[in-house]
Amino acid sequence: MSLKRDQMVNNFALSLFWIAAGITVAALFTIIIYVVVRGIGVITPTFVFTWPHGVNAEGGIFPTIISSIYVTGLAMLIATPIAVLAAVYLAEYAKQGIAVKIIRFAADSLASVPSIVMGLFGFAFFIEAFGLPLSMLSAALALSLLMLPIIMRTTEEAIRGVARYIRWGSYGMGATKWQTVSRVVIPAAMPRIITGLILAMGRAIGETAVVFYTMGQAINLPAIPTDSGRAMPIHLYLLAVEGINMPAAYGTAFLLMALIFIFNLIARLIARRYKKLQE
Amino acid sequence: MSDETNRDLSAYPIEEPLSEEFVELEEFRHEEGELVDYQSDSDDLGTLDEAVEEDGGRNSFVDVLIGNVDADAPVGIDDQFVLGEEMPTGKLQLVTRQTQIKEFTLMSIFFACAIVAVLGVTLIFAFVAYKAFPIFTEVGIGNFLTGTEWSGTEGLFGIVPFIVGSFVVTIGALVIGAPLAVMTAVFMSELASPKIRSFVRPAVELLAGIPSVVYGFFGVVVVAPFIARLFGGVGFGPLTAWIILAIMIVPTIATLTEDALGAIPMGIREASFAMGANQWQTIYKVVLPAAKLGIIDAIILGMGRAIGETMAVLMVVGNAPQLFAGITAPISTLTSQIVLDMGYATGTQRTALFGMAAILFLISMSLVLFVRLLSRFGQEMSG
Amino acid sequence: MVVLSGDVEKLGPTSYSEPLVENPADATFYVRHLNFWYGDFNALTDVSLDVRKHAITAFIGPSGCGKSTFLRCLNRMNDLIAGTKVEGTLLFDQADIYGSGVDPVDLRRRVGMIFQQPNPFPQSIYDNVAYGPRLQGIRNKNELDAIVEKSLDKANLWKEVKGILNKNGLALSGGQQQRLCIARVLAVQPEVILMDEPCSAIDPTSVQKIEDLMHEIKDQVTIIIVTHNMQQAARVSDYTSFFLQEIAGEPAILVESGPTSEIFTNPIDQRTEDYITGRFG
Repeated sequence: MSLKRDQMVNNFALSLFWIAAGITVAALFTIIIYVVVRGIGVITPTFVFTWPHGVNAEGGIFPTIISSIYVTGLAMLIATPIAVLAAVYLAEYAKQGIAVKIIRFAADSLASVPSIVMGLFGFAFFIEAFGLPLSMLSAALALSLLMLPIIMRTTEEAIRGVARYIRWGSYGMGATKWQTVSRVVIPAAMPRIITGLILAMGRAIGETAVVFYTMGQAINLPAIPTDSGRAMPIHLYLLAVEGINMPAAYGTAFLLMALIFIFNLIARLIARRYKKLQE
Repeated sequence: MSDETNRDLSAYPIEEPLSEEFVELEEFRHEEGELVDYQSDSDDLGTLDEAVEEDGGRNSFVDVLIGNVDADAPVGIDDQFVLGEEMPTGKLQLVTRQTQIKEFTLMSIFFACAIVAVLGVTLIFAFVAYKAFPIFTEVGIGNFLTGTEWSGTEGLFGIVPFIVGSFVVTIGALVIGAPLAVMTAVFMSELASPKIRSFVRPAVELLAGIPSVVYGFFGVVVVAPFIARLFGGVGFGPLTAWIILAIMIVPTIATLTEDALGAIPMGIREASFAMGANQWQTIYKVVLPAAKLGIIDAIILGMGRAIGETMAVLMVVGNAPQLFAGITAPISTLTSQIVLDMGYATGTQRTALFGMAAILFLISMSLVLFVRLLSRFGQEMSG
Repeated sequence: MVVLSGDVEKLGPTSYSEPLVENPADATFYVRHLNFWYGDFNALTDVSLDVRKHAITAFIGPSGCGKSTFLRCLNRMNDLIAGTKVEGTLLFDQADIYGSGVDPVDLRRRVGMIFQQPNPFPQSIYDNVAYGPRLQGIRNKNELDAIVEKSLDKANLWKEVKGILNKNGLALSGGQQQRLCIARVLAVQPEVILMDEPCSAIDPTSVQKIEDLMHEIKDQVTIIIVTHNMQQAARVSDYTSFFLQEIAGEPAILVESGPTSEIFTNPIDQRTEDYITGRFG
């Protein structure tokens, strides 16, 4: 009797877990399908490769794509070396102590700073205080602060993921710490480091609030870092809230997501290819 | 004392009793030796002769301190045996100064990079707080934190509506999103076959990758009209924000919860099954309690994500600086109001926006701190 | 020197079936009164031991008896673990291993190590073997080629891998991986190779090959092997040292040390006999 009741409770409870997972997956697919169905028809060479024109932003979104890629690339250029070296320090050199605790807490805090606070800071600091123009550079600087803890974390995990006995092999042959780190540990961690970097790029390219007040909102094709521009997410935001050109909004959302999914895909492929190379 | 005795002291017979000072120095010397471990680089190592030559004429720091200085004799490896009578000389290379400097320089560079995070977060808070500081004189901290009216034109800068708005939105999103996320995580970790898991997990990861402006856009074109049809009105308000934010925090909470579940040793599940518990009983009575702290961590970090979320909330919450008045009545949050007003705000209003940013910063930082304390608490409990 | 003037037969808690040397120049490793600490835990106490040049010395004992810990003192691998401490005299080639300012990197180049788990780097076979020479600044391709071939040949692996040098080291079988690791160590021409249970994770055929190569290289290299396989110790070694931790939480000691034939046929200490006849461990 009670066993039967237990059985019923069990089946009921387990079905709830299935439903929860189903809702999560369904939410993803609803968003993807909706954006794809509405957006894919908008994607034409004209849309991708020409400029918007007219009051309703008809035409393409080419400058916003370039602006987004530009600012993301620049931010990665700024953040990656610092973050990777910082991760090397935390994973290989740091001894447990107050300094490491402070660094970790700071990194966690930095990761938790709301993106609009980062944007506001970027505006007040880089643009107002330092006199940089609304530009790729200002936005990239603010964005790199956002990327820093993310890259630090994935890189540190990648480095820590390298088996201890592989390090011993290197030390045991008379390699110094730096030789071990640079010739054995980092190459072994490289696939995961690169995967982390690409996922961070995906995160950066969709970031809106940080670049909102640091990059400018005027449509412009950036050439040098001090040029301004309008990133894709901002373009999407403006189109959506003004409701002036919904097809272009769907198209922009589609392209933005496509870019991020491509980043995800590349990250996975690199990880897999590297694995294969090792076999 | 024996614990503290340095090996060098025990190794070599010493006629005179040791002075405290000497022992301390010997310990110091040992520590110094540890400091340079592995931080040398063989690229820079010359032959033994070079090493000795490099050291030639230079007495080591410790030797100088203990008065063991012979001005003429080169101080090299022979020195190790000054205390023994007939101890023969050895042939191991010493760490050269050059390699010490090189490895120390490298480590300093890495350390400097790690410090960037500390500088960054300090700078952000200091600068935002500095910009917000005039709020004390221009508005008054009381009016700012307890005022319920926000109107730039009338010079009223009370942020209670936004604080309430932020918490309403966050709590609602957690109520919907946290159970969904935890259950999804349990499903992935405990129930799903590897095949299904390899489908659900990338889905959760992709959900994390969707930019917030796309979530906001989805809210505008799908969720808001749907809510408007159900409840009337425009469809922008807390309820829409809850739904969108709930989906957004699922990946954060689910991933971290799955990590926590994965860290539970397999054995305790087997023990539970072996005692005749079914799957639900095992999850409910063994697995979830064991991962309790990790799950709380995950939910708090999800909360941080929700409270700091800007674009998606901005696009669906309605953006009216009013107190919460029902699940479909437009409100505004700390984050969304900053974006809205920043474009044109000047003077005191701008100061107030920086004040709101400082408050957001403090909230998210205290959540991180809370998670830290929680995990320390957990370690103390288990250790 | 106290250690030199005392009666070596009664040095520490250990029985010696062959007297310890008086002159450190006569031993590759000259160890006297070594104590080892993990933090507050005294893991090894009062170990005195000689390791003879160009011989194979085996460290045996039940697991947890400190034999690997002791082995790792000999090339300062224990430095990698925070909070470890060494007391006593430990000379390699007459030089104080833990002497102030001594470069562990130089020591480890001369005292190579093979681990229980084969640990090739996730790189090509060639790069694995060339790793050490490259660390020493050898860049010349012909020179590297020669070193790689010679080292792999010495490790009895050349015939199996000469066509696949660009393949990843991890693609080899466990036994091949271990021989690759040996080749990698041989490439830097160490004076000593420490082997920490090198055969416990690989198949019997490869064990045979590794034991063969140990005999082949021992006239050039001093070998110390930690093993809990007594047959292996009896087969390969010239000298044997038996470590034991009698009571959990107490430090381990070196019970007996001497020529392998003596230890296995005519042990002095009852505990050695018990262990060898399989009464415990």
